[in-house]
Amino acid sequence: MQEASAQPAHVHAPPEGFIRKHVFSLDHKVIGKQYYALGLLAVCMGMGLSWLMRFHLVWPTTRIPGLELLSKVGAPGGVITPEYYLSLLTMHGTLMVFFVLTNAPFAAFGNYFLPIQIGAEDMAFPRFNMMSFWTTLVAFLVLVLAFVIPDGPPISGWTSYAPLSAVGQDAGPGMGWGMNLWGISIAIFCIGSLLGALNFIATTLDLRAKGMTLMRMPICTWAWFITSCIALLAFAVLLPACILLILDRTAGTSFFIPSGLVVSDRLQPHSGGSPLLWQHLFWFFGHPEVYIAILPSMGIVSHILINSMRKPLLSSKVIIYCMMSIGFLSWMVWGHHMFVSGMNPFSSLLFSFPTLTITIPATIMTLIWLGSLYGANLRINAASLFALGFISMFVSGGVSGFFLAQPSIDIVLHATYFVVGHFHMVMGVASIFGVFAGTYFWYGKMTGRMMNEKLGQLHFWLTFIGTYCIFMPFHYLGLVGNIRRYSSFVNDFMGPLMPLHKFITIAALSTGAAQFIFLFNLIYSHFKGKPASENPWEGTTLEWSIPSPPPWNNFGGKHPVIYHDPYQYGVKGSKGDYIMQDSPEPSAS
Amino acid sequence: MSSTTYPSVRAAAAPKVRSAHAEASRSGIWVGICTITMSFMAFLSALYVRQGASADWTHIVLPRILYLNTLALLLSSATLEMSRRALAPVSGSEVDSVAVRKGFAWLSGTLALGLLFVAGQYEAWRQLAAQGLYLATNANSSFYYVLTAMHGLHLLAGIAALLFVMSRLLLVGNRFRHSTFEATTIYWHFMGVLWLFLLLVLRTKL
Repeated sequence: MQEASAQPAHVHAPPEGFIRKHVFSLDHKVIGKQYYALGLLAVCMGMGLSWLMRFHLVWPTTRIPGLELLSKVGAPGGVITPEYYLSLLTMHGTLMVFFVLTNAPFAAFGNYFLPIQIGAEDMAFPRFNMMSFWTTLVAFLVLVLAFVIPDGPPISGWTSYAPLSAVGQDAGPGMGWGMNLWGISIAIFCIGSLLGALNFIATTLDLRAKGMTLMRMPICTWAWFITSCIALLAFAVLLPACILLILDRTAGTSFFIPSGLVVSDRLQPHSGGSPLLWQHLFWFFGHPEVYIAILPSMGIVSHILINSMRKPLLSSKVIIYCMMSIGFLSWMVWGHHMFVSGMNPFSSLLFSFPTLTITIPATIMTLIWLGSLYGANLRINAASLFALGFISMFVSGGVSGFFLAQPSIDIVLHATYFVVGHFHMVMGVASIFGVFAGTYFWYGKMTGRMMNEKLGQLHFWLTFIGTYCIFMPFHYLGLVGNIRRYSSFVNDFMGPLMPLHKFITIAALSTGAAQFIFLFNLIYSHFKGKPASENPWEGTTLEWSIPSPPPWNNFGGKHPVIYHDPYQYGVKGSKGDYIMQDSPEPSAS
Repeated sequence: MSSTTYPSVRAAAAPKVRSAHAEASRSGIWVGICTITMSFMAFLSALYVRQGASADWTHIVLPRILYLNTLALLLSSATLEMSRRALAPVSGSEVDSVAVRKGFAWLSGTLALGLLFVAGQYEAWRQLAAQGLYLATNANSSFYYVLTAMHGLHLLAGIAALLFVMSRLLLVGNRFRHSTFEATTIYWHFMGVLWLFLLLVLRTKL
């Protein structure tokens, strides 16, 4: 793709008035911060839900004061019923996967930094950008409404398998209007994501500054670009799936509901549908979705590590090609979520091979990170610590994937805590570590004030140790047969595992408490943080060439010209051991 | 360029400078087309799987009006192309009223044919309902309504885009932008191609 030949006129006029500047803003930076705030709210809710779940698992009859206010039916006397436990885990998963992991690393940081890092004034379609945020917010509000309605939230898990999710009220509490709200919320979310992905792609292809070839884009920009290509096609499959689900529930169609199904002693009027069809459609979206969750964090972590090591990676190009291969292979593996679903076992083989293959680019990336770190004089700060923590979590969580990728082993481990441990470590922790790293790294640029370094490092160590304490034992639990999505194990054969569950709960509550350090730091630094200079980390990419925070049009009306690849570190530059991308000094090599 | 090259050839050889924003509009619409195609592929996958899932697949006879609707939609692509050619010399600064009027007339024709298509699709629904085939009657009819409704919704978005372009032509000061119009035309033609494909699927599968 050739670079833009003529510079565009201002994409939008300078914002006037409070509403235009801070509410219905066309500025990608404000929209990025709005996405971040939404992700923050969602993660607080999701984490709170996980505390309720963990508490209930080890102290199922203990009263949680005030919980009956959340749901009279679901938590009478402050004690969670088994059905409400399922509601809590459904909302936990839905909030975390959609509104946190798709929002924060991709929509929040990507919206803020992609245009800046390619030298553009804003995204290609600022109005679509604004629409995509507000659409996502509406989706969030519709979802959260499920807590408030008498029916309560759905109990079918974030994966909403049919026919439980498709038959309607007969399926249980929360499966009437609660499930409808879920379906509507996710359908709206799909539209918001598709608009966002479209924007990212058009911006990356056409609004790059002079000299900014595709291979000169920073690694995190590439990660956002590849993620948006995946998101564009993945959410395009989830939306039809949700539409068909809603039709089965409300219009009497039979896409997913088979004949002769009796639920709650009532024969369902549908016939001929295929529950497996829902699983295929959902996971065809669902597997690329988890790569949407991890790829931006991989990019952010690479970007931060290079800056902290003061030298480029062994090969940025290979990292980019690996990310592309992961993106490509992610479409071929969805059946590994369905090994025991009843689909043809031969298909399991066909899905197992690409699943194992996808570990190759992931491993290459890990080896490049580790190989680049070898011999590097790493600057230790909260951002680089979380970046290192990402690698640790990604490897720890990733290796359990090797086991799950094999159908014969998966027969034993499917729907156990082994799987839960696997995806929490890679998605829940590693991806969030990328968000933390990005926050500590870019907070100064976004707000004009730096976050407190000591609190940041304390936050890191508590979180790093805490999440290992929470999620490593999950693998053991899964291996000995502890099934997931059960609300209580106290009175059955898993009784002897309760001490371990108690340990996990205490670790979870403590690690959760440690996150208040981060929240405090986030808010306190906004007012009392050390003022940030233009380039506090001595970075080379374009975001470090503009003021902190940047003006409404990023480059103050100027159009940057790019002369180098993004990682000229460890070289003799006029400002130190680095050369900025837009500096006319000659490159090191 | 040698001095013997004719001026017209020299002019044609000079590269047309497109602003980055016009390029982005074009990329954007093609990206949008990719995503819409993918969503219809998802519906079609669901159709194929559902057909194989149980033995309740009964053939439905497509209402004849569908073929008239198809003709209307294809004609609308032709009128849109005529409009594009008429409006090619129009730019934001100059107001060439003859070109604008011709272009507007062809656009009106496109709009009328598009609305005719939508009305025809609604009539086809009514004819199916008269046969006793509703959304939930059987799997075939479900997919018929879903596919035609999805296409119709997207076409209505295209009609909204046409109205927007037409309104720009009418405004004093002529705020007509070629990039927006080009994106609209690409989208509209895509709606026609998509409909042909869906018609083929409906005929062969339903």
